Amino acid sequence: MTSADRLARLFLLPLFLFVAAFFVLPLVRLVAVAGGGPNGAMEYLAILTNPRHLQTLISTLLLSAAVTFATLAIGTVVALFLARNSFPGRALLVSLLTLPLAFPGVVVGFMIILLAGRQGLLGNATQALGLGKWVFAYSMGGLFAGYVYFSLPRVLVTLMAAVDKLDPNLEEAARSLGASRLHVMRDVTLPGIAPALIASGAIAFATAVGAFGTAFTLATRIDVLAMTIYTEFTLNANFATASALSLALGLITWGVLALTRSLSGSGVAAAG
Amino acid sequence: MTLTATGAAITLSGCGKTFADGTRALEPLDLSIPAGETLVLLGPSGCGKTTLLRIIAGLESPDAGGHIAFDGADVTTLPIEKRNVGMVFQSYALFPNMSVIDNVAYGLRVRGVAKAERLRQAHAVLEMMRIDTLAERRITQLSGGQRQRVALARALAVRPRVILLDEPLTALDAALREHLRAEIDSLLRRLAITAIYVTHDQAEALALGDRIVVMRQGAIAQVGTPREVYFQPQNDFVATFVGITNRLAGSLKAGHFASAAGSLPFAGADKAEATLLFRPEAASLCAPEETGLVFQVEQVQFQGARQRVVLAGADGTRVVVEAPAEQLVAAGAAMGLRLDPSRLSLV
Repeated sequence: MTSADRLARLFLLPLFLFVAAFFVLPLVRLVAVAGGGPNGAMEYLAILTNPRHLQTLISTLLLSAAVTFATLAIGTVVALFLARNSFPGRALLVSLLTLPLAFPGVVVGFMIILLAGRQGLLGNATQALGLGKWVFAYSMGGLFAGYVYFSLPRVLVTLMAAVDKLDPNLEEAARSLGASRLHVMRDVTLPGIAPALIASGAIAFATAVGAFGTAFTLATRIDVLAMTIYTEFTLNANFATASALSLALGLITWGVLALTRSLSGSGVAAAG
Repeated sequence: MTLTATGAAITLSGCGKTFADGTRALEPLDLSIPAGETLVLLGPSGCGKTTLLRIIAGLESPDAGGHIAFDGADVTTLPIEKRNVGMVFQSYALFPNMSVIDNVAYGLRVRGVAKAERLRQAHAVLEMMRIDTLAERRITQLSGGQRQRVALARALAVRPRVILLDEPLTALDAALREHLRAEIDSLLRRLAITAIYVTHDQAEALALGDRIVVMRQGAIAQVGTPREVYFQPQNDFVATFVGITNRLAGSLKAGHFASAAGSLPFAGADKAEATLLFRPEAASLCAPEETGLVFQVEQVQFQGARQRVVLAGADGTRVVVEAPAEQLVAAGAAMGLRLDPSRLSLV
């Protein structure tokens, strides 16, 4: 080994220390705590065996899937529109749409309450119209709206870049061959941005599965995984269950990201 | 297989194009293209040739007042997907998510042709282009030349009335370009399809076109056969853009063109300021006493079968001529220039 190699290894030391301190040790501790409770190793499967936890898991996954699809649908339409049209104020609109990037989940939750809470704009408007007071902020509906708002900028930025890179001649070639707008969308545009759809969809999904701030702001009674972990940990002091659920949450997120990475062939990073 | 025998005649009248930002890409122009003709749009970048092609394709609409007709039927408001035109792009624009055969069969698929039938027809086109062995390949596995052939096959598979080619060879290297140019030329002639070919390469234009439209700054500079455009350029721009052109400044008086290098007989009305244009191959070198035009040899470039000779006139005007390799030409010597009267033009 040359002295240069030795030096290089020395420089890698901080990386090893960092990984050990912030990743390996807490994870090992989490595994130990989860298995060291009154239920022993069975606690690892609590998320599947406890009907309440299983229900929470299912509703979390359903909510995240719905958020992902809604975000991708809105994101695709908006990205295509913004990439294909230039108009005064376009740059301002793009920066407004990416504004939620700067907001923590708490602020997003607060905004949902302002919109659809008990004193919200929507409730006041529907009451004035004689339709009764519409309030959905403190339910899955509120969470859904909050997560879509939260995920949209991330998805939008990725999709806009992908649409920009799409060769406009591809769509023109399809049209010259007789393809209708719908054919072009199905056969050329969507396949062309598929890697970006998969990558940004995975981020939206992982963010929605793990998001806490918005749920915490809206209500403590919404049953999503992140809230359940918080409740088990702080209110019930049930460290073993909280640890086991945390592991399950991490495993699901990691699995989704790994799957999409192999599907899209490019790096996908978790966010949120 | 009989791909098409029904090339459309195309008529453009008053077709101009002004973009939303006010840029005038095309001055209103009239053009008629007989069925089966190969027409080349030639010009430098930004001359409007691609815009004209896109108007014919239906990808752009002409400004108000412009009309396009295929076989006499007005198609001005018809979008490209309803015009039945084949299009080949410089970037080829092959669908990367489909195999070669699916690309070629795509036009038939969106027309609702049954799978077995459209695959049969697509294979037939690939066979005609001698690339049937590539049918199952992914687009990313193809070389540039193969992509170009697949793009052409895809455009031809729908039996278009017109095929539009936008600089289809520009992205290829020189040797392959020449090879494919010959292939496209014989294919277009065999199919007798109406073809419009955009290029900035004058050699390509001269080799391919039945007629050439030379364009400049959104307007037509000259329309003619390759020979007309090459030997009888109607203006300075065409003369310069198509091949090397020598120019001698002088005047025309009493049936003679007079310049600093001497004079020669030239029929025409008197003109105080005239420029004589001629190609290197329209001139030959001779002894100074045999002609009225005398130059000094400045440079001799031996090129194998020929030699290229750069001459300088008394006023410093340079002209380039070609001479047989065996002719003795020495730098610094005085040489006479003999011009073929049938290949001169005066502007």
